[in-house]
Amino acid sequence: MANTQAMCTSFKGELLVGHHNFGTGVTRGSTAADSFKAALYLASATVNAATTAYSASDEVSGTGYTAGGVAVTFGTVPSTSGTTAFVTPSASISYSSVTLSTAFDCVLIYNSTQSNKAVSVHTFGSQTVTAGTFTLTMPTNDASTGLIRLA
Amino acid sequence: MLITTTKGEIDDSLLEKKEGIIDTENETTRWVEYWQNNELVHRSVDMTLKRNVATLAVAQPLG
Repeated sequence: MANTQAMCTSFKGELLVGHHNFGTGVTRGSTAADSFKAALYLASATVNAATTAYSASDEVSGTGYTAGGVAVTFGTVPSTSGTTAFVTPSASISYSSVTLSTAFDCVLIYNSTQSNKAVSVHTFGSQTVTAGTFTLTMPTNDASTGLIRLA
Repeated sequence: MLITTTKGEIDDSLLEKKEGIIDTENETTRWVEYWQNNELVHRSVDMTLKRNVATLAVAQPLG
């Protein structure tokens, strides 16, 4: 046998469910799963890895769209496979009966339980919607295509 | 079939339908539009993201 340097896969999975806390002053009021939301941003916005929390600045607006976006359902707990931890919303993210006339190209997933802290930013080809529905269909929840992965 | 439009619900037989698929390395997008007298009155988009976010977790060697 030989020892192998590695980030433990179990740790990656446990990060996704809040088992570890290397800092101070981090308080969780509940052991229940957090709630997450998805907000759309204009193509002219600057939302990226430096984004720390949801902001209404440069968020889309229009008929039928509520600031802050819609709830994201994580019905399946995070998993690990190989050396990758991953989690994917268990349902599509859908904005129904909206008119979004100004082009948008980005969705921010954020934790609405933990002070709207940012989770991930996903960009796509610029879109508009007219009296219709914008649906983001989720990829297969696995180590290769899961929406959020720690590899 | 009734279509929700900017002018209320209208039977699709009275509208011109346009639809398409755009497949890129980042996403697959299916869109459908309904037009009335050269005016866009409905547009819906269904998009599947392909390029998702992954973070590499690294254990730095010691010594």
